[in-house]
Amino acid sequence: MPSETIALSSPIGDTVKTTTCYMCACRCGIRVHLKEGRLRYIEGNPDHPINRGVLCGKGSAGIMQHYSPARLRAPLLRVGERGAGEFKEIGWDEALALAGGWLGEIRRTDPRKLAFFTGRDQSQALTGLWAKEFGTPNFAAHGGFCSVNMAAAGLYSVGGSFWEFGEPDWEHTKLFLLFGVAEDHDSNPIKIGLSKLKERGVRIISINPVRTGYSAIADEWIGLRPGTDGLFILSLIHLLLAAEVADLAFLARYTNAGWLVLRDPAGPSDGLFARDEAGQPLVWDHRTDAPLAASHPEAAPRLAGEVRLADGSRAVPAFQLLAERCLDPAYTPEAVAERCGVAPERIRRLAAEIAAAAAEPVLLAEPWTDTTGRRHATMPGRPVAMHAMRGISAHSNGFHTCRALHILQMLLGAIDTPGSWRYKAPYPRPTPPHAPPGGKDARPGHALAAMPLGTPAGPADLMVDESGTPLRIDHAFSWEAPLALHGMLHTVIANAVAADPYPIDTLFLYMANMAWNSSPEPAETSRLLTEKNPATGEYRIPHLIYVDAFFSETVAYADLVLPDTTYLERFDCISLLDRPIGSADGPADAIRQPVLAPDRDVRPFQDVLIDLGARLGLPAFTRDDGSPAFTGYADYIVHHQRKPGIGPLAGWRGDGTDCGRGAPNPHQLERYIENGCFWHHELPPAARYFKYANRDYLEAATALGLLDRPDPITLQLYAEPLQRFRLAGLGHGTVLPPPALRERVVRFHDPLPFWHPPLEQEVAGAEEFPLSAITQRPMPMYHSWGSQNAWLRQILADNYLYMARETAASLGLADGDWVNVISRSGRVSGRLRIMEGVNPKTVWTWNAIGKRAGAWMLAPDAPESRQGFLLNHVIATFLPENQSRRLPSSDPVTGQAAWFDVVVRIEKAAAAMRESEPRAAPLRPPPGLSIPARRLGA
Amino acid sequence: MTPALSVIFFTTASGAGYGLLILAGLLAPFGLTPANRWFGLAAVLLALFLASAGLVASTLHLGHPERAWRAVSQWRSSWLSREGLAALLTYPPAFGFLAAWFLARGPSAPMAACGVLAAALAAVTVFCTAMIYASLRPVRQWRHVLVAPNFFLLAGFSGALWLAFLSRTFHAASVLPSALALFFGLSALAVKLAYWRAIDRSKGESTIETATGLGRLGRVRSLETPHTEENYLLREMGFRIARKHANRLRFLAVLVGFALPIVLTAAGLACSPAPALIIALVAAMLALIGIFIERWLFFAEATHTVVLYYGRPA
Amino acid sequence: MTSLPAREPGAKKLGLVIDLDTCVGCHACAVSCKQWNDGGHSAPLPDYDPYGARPDGVWFNRIHTYETSGGAAGDGAAGRTVHFPRSCLHCDEPACVTVCPTGASYKRAEDGIVLVNADLCIGCKLCSWACPYGAREFDEDERVMKKCTLCIDRIYNETIPESERVPACVATCPAHARHFGDLGDPTSAVSKLVQSRGGFDLMPEMGYRPVNKYLPPRRNACTAAPLAERPALPGSVAERLLSWLDRALSL
Repeated sequence: MPSETIALSSPIGDTVKTTTCYMCACRCGIRVHLKEGRLRYIEGNPDHPINRGVLCGKGSAGIMQHYSPARLRAPLLRVGERGAGEFKEIGWDEALALAGGWLGEIRRTDPRKLAFFTGRDQSQALTGLWAKEFGTPNFAAHGGFCSVNMAAAGLYSVGGSFWEFGEPDWEHTKLFLLFGVAEDHDSNPIKIGLSKLKERGVRIISINPVRTGYSAIADEWIGLRPGTDGLFILSLIHLLLAAEVADLAFLARYTNAGWLVLRDPAGPSDGLFARDEAGQPLVWDHRTDAPLAASHPEAAPRLAGEVRLADGSRAVPAFQLLAERCLDPAYTPEAVAERCGVAPERIRRLAAEIAAAAAEPVLLAEPWTDTTGRRHATMPGRPVAMHAMRGISAHSNGFHTCRALHILQMLLGAIDTPGSWRYKAPYPRPTPPHAPPGGKDARPGHALAAMPLGTPAGPADLMVDESGTPLRIDHAFSWEAPLALHGMLHTVIANAVAADPYPIDTLFLYMANMAWNSSPEPAETSRLLTEKNPATGEYRIPHLIYVDAFFSETVAYADLVLPDTTYLERFDCISLLDRPIGSADGPADAIRQPVLAPDRDVRPFQDVLIDLGARLGLPAFTRDDGSPAFTGYADYIVHHQRKPGIGPLAGWRGDGTDCGRGAPNPHQLERYIENGCFWHHELPPAARYFKYANRDYLEAATALGLLDRPDPITLQLYAEPLQRFRLAGLGHGTVLPPPALRERVVRFHDPLPFWHPPLEQEVAGAEEFPLSAITQRPMPMYHSWGSQNAWLRQILADNYLYMARETAASLGLADGDWVNVISRSGRVSGRLRIMEGVNPKTVWTWNAIGKRAGAWMLAPDAPESRQGFLLNHVIATFLPENQSRRLPSSDPVTGQAAWFDVVVRIEKAAAAMRESEPRAAPLRPPPGLSIPARRLGA
Repeated sequence: MTPALSVIFFTTASGAGYGLLILAGLLAPFGLTPANRWFGLAAVLLALFLASAGLVASTLHLGHPERAWRAVSQWRSSWLSREGLAALLTYPPAFGFLAAWFLARGPSAPMAACGVLAAALAAVTVFCTAMIYASLRPVRQWRHVLVAPNFFLLAGFSGALWLAFLSRTFHAASVLPSALALFFGLSALAVKLAYWRAIDRSKGESTIETATGLGRLGRVRSLETPHTEENYLLREMGFRIARKHANRLRFLAVLVGFALPIVLTAAGLACSPAPALIIALVAAMLALIGIFIERWLFFAEATHTVVLYYGRPA
Repeated sequence: MTSLPAREPGAKKLGLVIDLDTCVGCHACAVSCKQWNDGGHSAPLPDYDPYGARPDGVWFNRIHTYETSGGAAGDGAAGRTVHFPRSCLHCDEPACVTVCPTGASYKRAEDGIVLVNADLCIGCKLCSWACPYGAREFDEDERVMKKCTLCIDRIYNETIPESERVPACVATCPAHARHFGDLGDPTSAVSKLVQSRGGFDLMPEMGYRPVNKYLPPRRNACTAAPLAERPALPGSVAERLLSWLDRALSL
């Protein structure tokens, strides 16, 4: 028998192009192989700093995303009632004229009546600028319902954050702690990093209610109850302080632990830092036994002991206040064990392990110079690294939990040192940050003076009027959520319908599936979108413009649908002005380039936005003669300057030899494409650690435009801005919270971290709702809108509710049972699966597998809608009304949607149940879309 | 294992055909059957018809029946190939046997040579068929010492029943074929009952712990399957039959395939020729139906180690 | 030829080593495999009902998740979750090859890779019955059997850079839980990995002698001594702190 002839050396395709993946927020470099004009193979780019050649399952399934039958084909105009899904296709001229007409009228009369919110947008530098130029404060992306606790706590504590903004020192750490559920952001770098730890035999400890994904390969799994991470961390701090484990030199040198905090009970300056005439915070220098400016190069601050200052006021170092807080008996392991669901011995053992690892510093033989000019022969580091994921963040106590984690890092001296967690460029940023959100100056026909999103430092920066009423439609930066740095997308629709604080005219949404998985209570949100004013017969939200590449659930609720391209059909930039892809060893940015031309009448959203900006005459998008300033997004990427010399891309500026700062280079995109669509700048070894106080780093970062000035950055153990809000709550100052909110402001705006039960649990009651319910993103699907993907949906087409065996036994439930999940605000039904590796007081499911029937061009009987379910149905948008005031079920500091606060009870469903509930009527596909009958395959 | 109807029909029908051919080939040359040339024609043609119908049916199971001819090439390693080859090789001596019988009108040396050779090759074919299953390690219910005897005895049983029926048709006594049928039937029943008892009591040496190699960590449970919907592996090898349902079918197989044919055959010996003829036909037909059920169970009750990966017993 | 090739001891045996201690269950390998092979030697890998009620298709690599109990059932914390990729093991004694009646299934003499020649396959499915591991996948469109080729059209492909000539699943694995090499050479990196980490065979009792090996999950134990907690001294927190700081400064 002749043996088979195998074509061993067939070329993969006929063309290969590099670009950047967008199947999730990880932004890996990819090589896209084309064969006869069709996608053949997508692989990781080995040269790329993010993924170094690897690619996750989502990235490899990009082909199926690109060829999804759910891709929208042309602009759509609603012709029936909202939600009925009756559309007609229109041309772009008509679509843009329509949108331009609505928006132009708003801008001429009251720009605030545009609410422009984007979802998992990676072009916020552009969208934010557009909102500012339009003149509306009502702009944000999806951070408010995703991760703002993590971001805000980080920015106000260490000037950086977890997720893709920092990374463990994979090469040197000796103990790795991984907090929180959801295998999310930075997924490939974390997987690469975990494998490095495994190679070196470094112990990995996962603190996570569920033992899946990364937790599965941890050496130890601590399955604590959702919402108790803060309590657990404070207990660790309690034990470390009780054992006198802390890097005192680190605290004194790099943090504000030694800064003197005024003790002025009931006075207007209580809890603020003592300052000298120049406004510099003071420390008590233990060598001179006298106050000294904290910034003084020779300052040797005392970390405890009350002092009396020259003006007679009394003050104590911040460290003492922290110690008093954490040594409170409320944080002993015995006191927290039951709530956390972790035995006291385990908490003690972990504290001991952390102390032991920190006690053996890593020493890099790398000389460096600090900001006082001192030369250090080596870089000593505490090899305890931490990373936190969404789980600890998505709670109403998430801000303080994330703060507590950063404080644990500070106590250990484990921030940006060898072996610890490290900042990725462009972080660290000065902390506490101070950039008041723009929008108080909103007026017809004018741009705002500042970007709508900012970082308030105190009450004066809030977006409230004299009575304390919010000025933004989402109530961000109001007394309900002063540090809502990312806005509050989850409240926009309800507030707009309630005209709270005012009605809007147009809701402009991009990539935010608000009628389904991006909203709590999606059924109610969908209803609100169709609610009419009985007096006028008009919709409460008169116009809804929605931009998406795919037929998502929200499409049916739009008046005008502007179809986006897929990520393989457009230019994009992954900018240092936005969400960067730098590493701890240096900054990086990247672009996407079109590898295929659209075969539909669709346009990249960013091009459309720039076009609309020119049509509306927005200053940044128009030349002096009124003509468009940019031909499209690619042109904008190259020529837009945020500040002189600083644009969306940092590489190859000027004549092509500048980086960071430099004049626009018309050939910049060509240079990027030649380099694999990314730019990566390596910092010199002496600049890679202690970046907050490393002169080489700070000067290099300033030269690159990452920082304005090379000033040292002091880590904020004690968060004074919160005390400013608290003082207002106590009646001090001129910008005061409304009386009904004062107690809340005082309670939650604590300059030191503390733990309180998740607000939902306080209002729902543990008796009636004994279990926490959370979701995780499945690794092969998270952020990739995977249900339309012919390959990914084969992996997960429906979801179960997972429950601990012992809990199921106590409830008389068996594997496969249909169960009702009941919260104070709703019910959802699905099937049960029993497992071992889950906290017994927790149930969980995969997020966003459940789909509304008909959406995403899935057959109406697809498992996603037949058996799959969405936990959002039991998650409330608001807390129960109190004193006729409706407050979001969110973190009271940041407004972060408290998704994981929800508590439920589980009951066996009626024996006849065969399909998940609630069920909405199947959506009707837009014109021109159909489910392909043929089997796929090349 | 998911019962493959074409294969079940094949083994049932060709088993009977080869059984008949074996008996005819061994008995006729020695005058132990009616010598009538028409009897010879009927017996050999019925045997070849049953065997061929089975063979044709079995190709329906193939993805590419038009390539079935390739299947004879790998006789060195493959029982399936050997079966195909043996089946094909059986035809020439079978036709020789038929020709010698028909033309010579009685036992002859060529007839004996061809008959014995055809019988031997038919036996080899039946053995190869059995070995296709009995050689598969992943299916413990198939890789069993009683599988080959079961195939043999059932071939003999159904062949003898048809031989008895043919004898009656040609107004001959059917004592020998009936006695053989009783012998094979009772033996086959004993073997089948022993087989069922054995597979019910035995457990596979492979477990989810050995399949995953994770037994070193304790007991292993499947938490997530790779894909949420059924795939080829589970459709082909993940067939599950409830114990109660299987027991009902076993009873039916014993009743229809063994008990009734045996009782009828015994009763037929005491009957006058006319009812005996009908009884013999009914017995042969019932046996075919019963063996079909038995073969269906042979698949349905067999478990493949691949299901261990899906957290199911095998 | 479905008789197994005569292979000398030490002959090349290409295969995979899968590290269950590192696999996070992300399905990257499975999807990359699907993608590569959908256009590769065994193309296409069909998808049945891709947007309908029963999405299913041909995959050469499927990722399971198991939970092991450290002891008693319900002993959640002591147990482990293990992600488990399953694909063809390119056995030394592959009955899937020897049962094949047509010679479509074969084991390559030069490197031990087990392949199917689709042109010879009659679609009898017997090889899938003969494989204990479920490595064979029937293409219901073309009605032939398909399987992992160890990316034979990648590993010898001279049109791609030499460093990338590994199976797609290995190239893409973000956790580096998959290793490719010559398991017939005791000095190869993969053989050493198997040696040092106690690599094991799946279902050794089947006697198929898989070439692919799995590395067991490990668990590093905590070796830290208990934390020496200071006895709660009388006095305020401030006094305790001052005492601590004084001692620290005097060091």
